[in-house]
This record gives sequence, C-alpha cells and structure tokens, in this order.
Amino acid sequence: MIRDSLILARRSVTKMLRNPEQFIDVTLQPIIMTVLFVFIFGGAVAGSTADYLPFVLPGIIVQTIMFTSLTIGVNLNTDIQKGVFDRFRSLPISRSAPLLGAVAGDIVRHTIAIGVTLAFAAIIGFRFGTPWFSVLGAIGLIVLFAVSLCWVSVLIGMLARSAGAVQGLSFLIVFPLTFGSSTFVKADTLPDWLQGWVSINPVTHVIEAMRGLISGTAYMDNPGNLGGEILFVLGACVVLVAVFFPLATWAYRRKI
Amino acid sequence: MTTAIEAHGLTKRYGKTQALAGIDLEVEEGRVLGVLGPNGAGKTTAVRILATLVRPDTGTARVAGFDVVSQPKQVRERIGLTGQYASVDEDLTGLQNLVMIGQLLDLNRANAIARANELLAEFDLTDAAKRLTKTYSGGMRRRLDLAASLIGRPSVVYLDEPTTGLDPAKRDDVWDMVRALVRQGTTVLLTTQYLEEADALANEITVIDHGRVIAHDTPQGLKRQVGGQTLEVRPSSTQDLTRVRELLVTVGIGEPEQPAPDLLSVSVSGDAALTTLVGALAKEKIAVSELSLRLPSLDEVFYSLTGEKNEEVAA
Repeated sequence: MIRDSLILARRSVTKMLRNPEQFIDVTLQPIIMTVLFVFIFGGAVAGSTADYLPFVLPGIIVQTIMFTSLTIGVNLNTDIQKGVFDRFRSLPISRSAPLLGAVAGDIVRHTIAIGVTLAFAAIIGFRFGTPWFSVLGAIGLIVLFAVSLCWVSVLIGMLARSAGAVQGLSFLIVFPLTFGSSTFVKADTLPDWLQGWVSINPVTHVIEAMRGLISGTAYMDNPGNLGGEILFVLGACVVLVAVFFPLATWAYRRKI
Repeated sequence: MTTAIEAHGLTKRYGKTQALAGIDLEVEEGRVLGVLGPNGAGKTTAVRILATLVRPDTGTARVAGFDVVSQPKQVRERIGLTGQYASVDEDLTGLQNLVMIGQLLDLNRANAIARANELLAEFDLTDAAKRLTKTYSGGMRRRLDLAASLIGRPSVVYLDEPTTGLDPAKRDDVWDMVRALVRQGTTVLLTTQYLEEADALANEITVIDHGRVIAHDTPQGLKRQVGGQTLEVRPSSTQDLTRVRELLVTVGIGEPEQPAPDLLSVSVSGDAALTTLVGALAKEKIAVSELSLRLPSLDEVFYSLTGEKNEEVAA
C-alpha cells in the first residue's frame, strides 16, 4: 500500500509541476496577502509595518496552508469525473492508495507554499525571532496540520457533485475559520461574542503555536503557553484524522 | 471450454433509476461478446459491476472463476478496463501514464518502462510517447487507454464503447487491435451502440434495453431475427428511378422504399441480392452513383426486436 501510494504521490507531484497555475495559487496568494496586510493594515493595526510583520506572518502561513489543503478535494473530484480513478480502482491495489497518494503529493505543495511565504517575508524585512530548529519544528507542525485538515477537503470532494461545488463549500468553511481567528488582529481588540468564538476556534491555537515557534513567544497572546498550544495542534490533528479519515474513505468507497 | 465471464440476475438501482433489472451474461474463454444497446440501457453499469467498480444490488457474477463481490482482488488481477471516456491522465505523457500503471502492477521501474515502450510501439504511439496526453487526438487517446488496460496482460478485457466518437478510419484501427487481442487468446466483452461493430468483432451478441436482455444470439442469428440487411441504390440520374424500382421487383428482390428523393432502399435476406441487382443493372445499362448493403441500425434492431420505436435512439 505504501509503495502504491508513493507511486501515486509521484503522479500528483508531476501533475503539479506540469500545471504552473497550481503554483500561482500557492505562491502568489501568500505574497499578495502579506503585501496587503503588512503594508495596508500594518501601520493602523500595530503602529508600523515592521512591528506587524512578525505578528501577522504566522497567521498568513496558516491561512495559506488552509486554502492550499482545500485544492485536494477539487482535484480528486475532477479525477473521479474524468474516469482516472476508475482505472486505479480496477487495478489490484489498495483501495485507499489513490487517496493516500494524493495527500502525500500535497505535502510538496504545502512545503513550497510555506517556503515561498517565509522567503518573501525575509525579503521585506522579517527576521526569525527563534532558533532554526524551532522554525523547522513550525514547518513540520503546520504541514502535519495541513495533512490532517485535508481529509475534510477529501470528504467534501467525494460528496459534492462537481469540482465547482467543492470549491464553494470549502471556502464557506475556511473563511470563518481563518478570518474569525487572531490571524490579523489581537483577540482582545474584538467584541466579546467574537472573542468567545476566536478562543475556541482551533485555527487560533494553530496560529498561536506558529507565532511562538517562528516569531517568538512575545508575539503570542499567552507567551507562557507555547507548549500547551503545540499540544493543542497535535491533538487537533489527531481528532481531524480520527473523524475525517474514516469518513473520507467511507465516502470514497461508496462514490460511484 | 471454460466460462470466463458469467453473470446471473444482476440488478442495480441508482435512486429512482433501475439501471439493471436482472441481466444474465456469459462469455466463453477466448471469445468476444458484444453487448449492444442504446445510451442508458445499462451497458456501462454492467461493465462496472464486472470490473468490480460497483457492487450489484442483487445477482452474482464470476470473472475468470472469481466472484466480483467477494474476491475483487483476484478479479482485478485478471481484468483490463477501457472506459467509454478514455481514462488517461491528461497532465502526464503517454509513457508516464503507462509506466505508472506498470509500477502499480508491481513491475519494477525498468520493467515498467520496457513494457510501456513495447505497448507504445504495438499501438503506434512511440512518436507521441513523450507528449502530454492532453495533446493527443481522440484516436490516440483510445489507443493509449487500450494499451493501459493491457499492461498486466489481463485474460479478460472490457471495452466500453471503444469507438464511440471516432471517425471510420480510427474505428478500423481499434477493430484491428481488438482482433489482435482475441488472437492472443484474450476474452473480450465489448459494449457498443452499433450492430455493425458487434457483427464485425463479436462471436455472440447480447442486446440489452432498459436494464434487461432482450435478445441473445450469434451475429448471424440476430441478423436473421432483425430482418437482415438493407440494400440501397442511388441511380446517377433520377430519371432512372422508376426503371430501377421495376427492376428490383422483377428480379425478385422486393418492392423498395424511397427514404430520400433519389434513393431506393429494400430489405434483403439472402446473400445473392447484390449480385443479382448488379447483373440486372449492367444488362439494362443503368448507371448508379451508390450501391450498398448495410446492416440495420440500432434503431431498426430495436424496432424489429420490440416492435416499438426506441425513442432514446431516435432522439
């Protein structure tokens, strides 16, 4: 099963490299978001763009990863409609290998998105506030989160009738999760009811952990709680996989 | 001889649509079964069940001796599937498509490449091997798709409408490939909308409509049932129409219909009609611009088998 998944992961990476527009998605989007938020809102929100960048960058990375992990549902839905999966399913390979392969191939996409965002941030003046192993840990953690989250997208991809519907549904889920968090502003500036949501929104905790690991604990809402936030993210990954992996594979088996 | 494909009472319902209402199919090893029917008759559903992609609601099917529901892995090791919509990956080259499948079939990379090149050569795709398949023509895609389904040297191959949408020359290419497959001893189940195709390739034909088998026979037997062939003649000059009409009657072929202003058509049962007519036309020195024997269309097959016009076909 692992060998089959890797062969199929290679397929999705090859496809990715063939379609540069898929990279525009993961490379330009974080750059545009960074420019927009840092230079337009930076002064207003944090006093200066230089002060805002370390605060907002981890949030932009998380947001990018969340949007990127949604493309898998769209791609799988397209593959199924085009009949490519019929071929895979008529071969004597593990039934979940095509899904696992697509998810594994997406790790490359996520890594590129994170790399581009960090490199661009460095160009416009970001300096890591933490040691290198902490940054590597952050990348590992966020990729793990992406791989866990993408099962939600896989499930939507299996249930929706068209690739367009997958895209629409996914955005409906991701927008409140990313914007309704502490991505762009400190949570204590929000009205009480929204603070309540932000504090239970798992994305807030992912962002907090990323801030602690990339920019330094000073940028966290609760600087003493980096370990707790990391544990929270790991727990969220476990819950996402425990719930959505079985659901996604179930939907995949009954599809068609 | 042993049975390669054996299906009994297969039913499948999708929501309100009864795709299959209990069909039986049987193919002896090394033979070709043509499954003939219009769009929506259930052909593709039947193939999908036999290829283990879909479970039947009721009924049983065995392929190469293995049950499609309880032994799907054994079945998959022995089948090749060529879909109605060529299921090759558009963003990969022809070679990459085949190598990937070879590797999934547990060939190592070197062997997968060797097998891919062998099939690319066999299907006349060597020149296009390194091009993305999205640049391929419809005929090339079909060939690649067929090649992909043969990588594992399957003993049973399903061809789901392999020539739909192809021009006649490309269609002949596909036919030749199917014949080559059969010469190697492969069992083939072919679905088609064309009696002509089933007649050209199949040893036996099962006609299905609305998820049911409405006829099963050899091509010869089926043609007898549906009234054989149609003789069409188009005189070069419309002034000869009346003379040709009289001639058809006097030589004993029959009273023709006139489907187009300058065309006469008459259904014939024996093999001698064309020769007889050619002789008579020559004797009378009547020039014709078209003279042909053609098999009944699917529409006509259904008309003769069920006595009613099949609206899905006519539409």
